Amino acid sequence: MIAAVLPIQRPVDARLLVIDAFGRISHGRRSGLIDVLRPGDLVVANDAATLPASLAGRHERTGEEIEVRLAARASLSPDDVATFSAVVFGAGDFQTPTERRAAPPVLMVGDRLALGPLRATVTRLLDHPRFVSLAFDGSPDHIWAGLARHGRPIQYAHMVSALALWDVWTTFAGAPVAFEPPSAGFALDWNILEAMRERRLEFATITHAAGISSTGDEDLDARLPLDEPYVISAATARAINRALDQRRRIVAVGTTVVRALEHAAAGDGSVRPGPGLATQRITAATRLRVVNAILSGVHEPTTSHYQLLMAFADRATLERADETMNRLGFRTHEFGDSVLIERQLK
Amino acid sequence: MSSSSSFRGLRAAITGGTSGLGLALVEALSRGGARVAFVARGRDRVDHVRRQYPGTHGIVGDVSLKDDVYPIAVQMLGELGGLDLMVNNASDLGPPSLRLLADTECEDLERALAANLVGPFRLTKAVLGALSASAREGRGGVVVNISSDAAVNPYPTWGAYSVSKAALRHLTAIWNAEMQRDGVQFLSIDPGDMDTPLHAQAVPDADRSALKRPADSARDVLAAIAEALPAPARR
Repeated sequence: MIAAVLPIQRPVDARLLVIDAFGRISHGRRSGLIDVLRPGDLVVANDAATLPASLAGRHERTGEEIEVRLAARASLSPDDVATFSAVVFGAGDFQTPTERRAAPPVLMVGDRLALGPLRATVTRLLDHPRFVSLAFDGSPDHIWAGLARHGRPIQYAHMVSALALWDVWTTFAGAPVAFEPPSAGFALDWNILEAMRERRLEFATITHAAGISSTGDEDLDARLPLDEPYVISAATARAINRALDQRRRIVAVGTTVVRALEHAAAGDGSVRPGPGLATQRITAATRLRVVNAILSGVHEPTTSHYQLLMAFADRATLERADETMNRLGFRTHEFGDSVLIERQLK
Repeated sequence: MSSSSSFRGLRAAITGGTSGLGLALVEALSRGGARVAFVARGRDRVDHVRRQYPGTHGIVGDVSLKDDVYPIAVQMLGELGGLDLMVNNASDLGPPSLRLLADTECEDLERALAANLVGPFRLTKAVLGALSASAREGRGGVVVNISSDAAVNPYPTWGAYSVSKAALRHLTAIWNAEMQRDGVQFLSIDPGDMDTPLHAQAVPDADRSALKRPADSARDVLAAIAEALPAPARR
């Protein structure tokens, strides 16, 4: 498989591979997605818009150039934007793959960072030379303005040009709380939402702060996904619980939706509305209680995304799917092709 | 709806919020309990209005510039945590004063279209996801595009402004037809001839006493908005 290198969310030739509940594999054009869904399905997407989470600047103690990538925060509250955990890189730009990026200067608690119009202090070291907690100076509005004006979306070395915010916001993006785009949602546009309505499918959204997808460092990547705050509205929780009661399929658009819904159903199996912090890891060992199928991008077997897919289908089935996608030249990564995997009957 | 708490909890964003109708809307909505973000080009004016109405969020930006639109949207949606009401009020006359179309520079027509048509379109697209999420949650989702009688009447010398407002009015109607099923309503509202900086630029020697006060127009605009929103208890 090859990386998709152009920032086109819905290329006309995008493809879709489907694994059904019996492990049977089929494939076709992604424009036929609506035909793979069924009347009565509840499709749940993550409506988080993506933050301009990459901040270029300087480490004041050494004068060295750095890039700070905001990676997580504790809640989605609009005023809770002073404190983030962040991955820090040394000089360089997105054209260097993250695994080859220079290390930052040695970071110490109390170090000051000048990031365009923003100033921040390193408040904690998080057991890794690149990974820290930082606190911005100033009011929430000052911080939002600084991020909006100076920040850039996190970039990918495999892209041919730098991404702008409009490249990474899904068409239905709302509150800007994701650190990287919930890119499974790139497959959807307003036309398909309209088609869903016509075929009596339901559409609902949650807001989940999709975290950083890779750091270029094996030890840090092993800690992903970080804890991710989410909010489920009362209307979405009602729609989900209704679908659960009526045994209709719940189709999650993206891994973040699976993580949030399964976290919110950890009590009695019904989904609680309100804010939450998804801390769990979803793997082959996870018993899914809410989500019946996932629409996802195409991911490589080493990633935490791929681990999550094993909650839906066993390794042998996923390997067969990978063989098919390799043979057909499916494109990977954010702007690539898609898979729809139904939870296998066990 | 005139009660002071009619808009309690509403998340509202207004462009052109430091003068004329925009400023009157910032004042009325913040007094009515809404959480208000407003946009204008001049930092000093933005800071002044923000201090005048504590709790409002002032955003410096120019909706007619492509590269300003997403930074504006990030701040609106970030600071308010979502959006229930978007008022596209910022307007540009086009040429520095009224003139015949035959004397209008193409660049001045482009400026009117950038500020009055393309800017509101870009910004609306950027916040449409938030508005539709709000509609799905039962909070409502309303976009108001401020229009003018020049949008329907071919007044000589108002050409650049007039065509941009005519196009905005039609844009509003099409948005409304397409987005109704998603629960997002689009209103085109003509606030009447008001005593504003834009009017003074167009008609410097106008009899100001014959013009509507922006606060009176704001009241009419808010009545139409209140009509389009669900009851405040839903927020």
